[in-house]
Amino acid sequence: MAIVETRHLTKQYRRGGPSAVDDVSLRSAEGEFLVFLGPSGSGKSTLLRMIAGLEQPTGGDILIGEQVVTDLAPRDRRIAMVFQSYALYPHLSVRENIQFPLKAQKVPRADHARKVRWASDLLGIGHLLDRRPRELSGGERQRVALARAIVREPSIFLLDEPLSNLDAKLRASAREELARFHKQTGTTTIYVTHDQIEAMAMGNRVVVLHQGLVRQIGTPREVYDEPADTFVATFLGSPPMSLLAVGDVLAGIRPEQLLPAAMVQGTPLRFRFRVTNVEYLGSERLLYGKLEGSRFGDQTVVSRVAASAAGDFSEGTAHDFAVDERLVKLFDKTSGKRITSRPLAWTA
Amino acid sequence: MTVDAPAHGAAPTPAPGPAPAPAPLGGRRHRFGPEARATWLGVFMISPAILFIILLIGVPFAMAFVYAMSDVSIASTGIHFVGLQNFRSVLQSPAFRRALVNSAVFTVASQVLVLVGATILSLALKDAFRGRGFFRFLILLPWVAPISLGSIGWKWILDSIYSVINWGLAALHLVDKFDPPMWLGTPALAMISVILVHTWRMLPFSTVIMLAGLTSIPKEIPEAANVDGAGFFRTLFQITMPMMRPIMNVALLFGVIFTFTDMTVVYVLTRGGPYDTTQVLPSLAFFTGVLGSDLAEGAAISIFLVPILVVVAVLMLRTAARSEVT
Amino acid sequence: MAARRAGLAGALGHWTVIVTFTAALSFPFLWMLITAFKRTSDLYNVENNPFVFNQAPTLEHLRLLFQETLFVRWFLNSTFVGAVVVAITLLLAVPAAYALARLTGRWGQQLGIGIFLTYLVPPTLLFIPLSRLVAELHLQDSIWSIVLVYPTFTVPFSTWLLMGFFKSIPRDIEEAALVDGLTRFGAFLKLIIPISVSGILTVVIFAFTLTTQDFVYALTFISTAEHQTVGVGVPIFLVRGDVYYWGSLMAACLLASLPIALVYNVFLDRFIAGFTVGAVK
Repeated sequence: MAIVETRHLTKQYRRGGPSAVDDVSLRSAEGEFLVFLGPSGSGKSTLLRMIAGLEQPTGGDILIGEQVVTDLAPRDRRIAMVFQSYALYPHLSVRENIQFPLKAQKVPRADHARKVRWASDLLGIGHLLDRRPRELSGGERQRVALARAIVREPSIFLLDEPLSNLDAKLRASAREELARFHKQTGTTTIYVTHDQIEAMAMGNRVVVLHQGLVRQIGTPREVYDEPADTFVATFLGSPPMSLLAVGDVLAGIRPEQLLPAAMVQGTPLRFRFRVTNVEYLGSERLLYGKLEGSRFGDQTVVSRVAASAAGDFSEGTAHDFAVDERLVKLFDKTSGKRITSRPLAWTA
Repeated sequence: MTVDAPAHGAAPTPAPGPAPAPAPLGGRRHRFGPEARATWLGVFMISPAILFIILLIGVPFAMAFVYAMSDVSIASTGIHFVGLQNFRSVLQSPAFRRALVNSAVFTVASQVLVLVGATILSLALKDAFRGRGFFRFLILLPWVAPISLGSIGWKWILDSIYSVINWGLAALHLVDKFDPPMWLGTPALAMISVILVHTWRMLPFSTVIMLAGLTSIPKEIPEAANVDGAGFFRTLFQITMPMMRPIMNVALLFGVIFTFTDMTVVYVLTRGGPYDTTQVLPSLAFFTGVLGSDLAEGAAISIFLVPILVVVAVLMLRTAARSEVT
Repeated sequence: MAARRAGLAGALGHWTVIVTFTAALSFPFLWMLITAFKRTSDLYNVENNPFVFNQAPTLEHLRLLFQETLFVRWFLNSTFVGAVVVAITLLLAVPAAYALARLTGRWGQQLGIGIFLTYLVPPTLLFIPLSRLVAELHLQDSIWSIVLVYPTFTVPFSTWLLMGFFKSIPRDIEEAALVDGLTRFGAFLKLIIPISVSGILTVVIFAFTLTTQDFVYALTFISTAEHQTVGVGVPIFLVRGDVYYWGSLMAACLLASLPIALVYNVFLDRFIAGFTVGAVK
């Protein structure tokens, strides 16, 4: 149950070339479920692999449990890792797979059976011990990979997009299992994903990465409600936040904040919203349209309206919509960074 | 017949084909329909090759057995059946027994050396490094060059007087300059020489095949082993090599066939000498059948190659079938 | 630090293995090269260091090879045989492989495996019956005898190689052609073959190199030096009585081996695919 820390961690594949990971400094809490979130190429996997010791950093240090491990091989770091493909040893049975780390770490033979049983019971795979990996389903393989990871009682878990190989349907239940697993073991876990729903649902804190840089570290609520820049603001939330240019500032409005005027409290900014496209999703409707008559007339914005909301929001209709001024986020147009101090000087 | 190809390299396990369409009440309509035409086209396209194989491999293969049980010679006109007489006389001949033992010894010894060498070399070639293509070119030379030419090259290297190996050994004071080893003139050394040449020739082939096997192992597996705590040797022996077993089988089986049935190395290097001590089954068959004009006995000798071929074929089929399950 | 030290030791071990094996495997060819240019008096002097040119290098062996032996003739013979055999192989194997690739169910796969297995039947088993056949056809001592017989080992493996290759072409292409109005055979000729040029080229190279490897058939069927191939001519006929002309011999070996080696390397990966019989996915 250790703390993972990186100090100015950098990785360049070619001297003088672009940085895959650029001066990343972060520190996890004990027992935390920390998510590295970002699109492909953001450096999240590289960052994870450096923490695991599978890649050498170009600069900076890694500490696990307050100990500098930057030059240590993976096997000396007391970590466990679950790969995207699970990397189960195909020629070994499930039992032998789980036992392998015990043999490699020279755990006394007498303890092997007990530990294997403990790990397999924890994940409910006791009945699969004599099977081969190829005979297992995707979900079962994930559980075997987790059992293999936990059997050594490591100080941290590293998970590299373990759900991306599963069917969409399976993903939700596998996600729930992982969350339960974390609660049971309490081990510090670092979880890499490009799926922001996974990140929000599972993470204690989320590290949002883009092009090798950390854009923000915060709880799901913080990164969603108080995004540090336009990237974080538009990456989290689906459909993404609409950004409107006002002078040298970008005003961000989340779809669920742009609603029929009657439903908006606080200090409403009013617009005439003409619907150009509707997506009926059952529980809600996504309305794509334009803010007629305002200076943003030719920009498409999105509104998310609950199915229960009254009104005919079909294509071509226009409505009185509004957004609570206090909820609008302001970003500097050139740097993309969030501005929190200025009040919105609004001229529609 | 529908067109439904299994994936490339899929096993010979029969996929349940669709039942042929039952003749509809209209009957005639389907007999020359597009699917039937496709079948006929297929038959037409495959028959030349099948015919050729039957006529020039199948029939001679059968004839080998017929000759072995006859008294055919190069001069004879007809074929007289003599039963198992040839086999009996062959089995009693000391030259044959020696050749049989030699074939086995040469094959086993060279293949063991090749397997070990190819494993080591393929591991070294696995990851890219500068100049790898150049080294690979040089490494492949023994396999690519015609066997007879490689063998004659070795004959020169192992020459009784001018052997460059002997010169080197003498320079290192490992042998007496005036009484150097007669590589091709002493029975024991001649056997070693033959094994050496076979190993030299087959090593590149097996290496390249094993390399293909190595590169097919997903990168995450050795990484997982590393994270799990395994060092270099544990990963190698408990993870990498077991996963390479199917491909090692393939390399081994081909190696056995190519070595066991080869007569060129022995013929060029030693002509079976000194005094028939390095004779192998194929070369003995050649000397008996072609140079000795006794086709029947020559055929009988070469028939003894068949059991090995059958065993290898069966093992190959099983390897291919088993690996399908992964 | 431990990781870095291990890295250095590993690199050293790695290079030792590579260099040792490469040296051992390619040394004979280096020796061929040296021998080909060394004066006979230098070669046949036990006192001399064989790796050094104690006397000036000479082109005498090459001259002898090209002007006083049948080497050029043998080279031409081999090339001719190779070319014709490749043509025959393509004519037989390409249609067969295509039919097998598109044939469904048990027959297709079983037949393919069966054809591949005939590759395992060695020349040293068939050469005796085939020698009778060659005699019956009055082809003895003729280059046409081996032209007839060589496809027995090129066709099975080529068919197998091409079968795998054709299978990897999506069926949609032919089906689109059928919809557009071509017949199946027309689709084969006008679409599949042009697409498969690289695979067919692979088979061409492979079959050609296979024909250069044969020794026993050429030795058995052909008796006159003029009609021989390079593989048999060089080890057998480059001797006068009991004397081997090593200089010329080594030059011949090198000249005959290197072109094949160069070409083979280019197509290596595909050959391997054929050998691994699906044991590697």
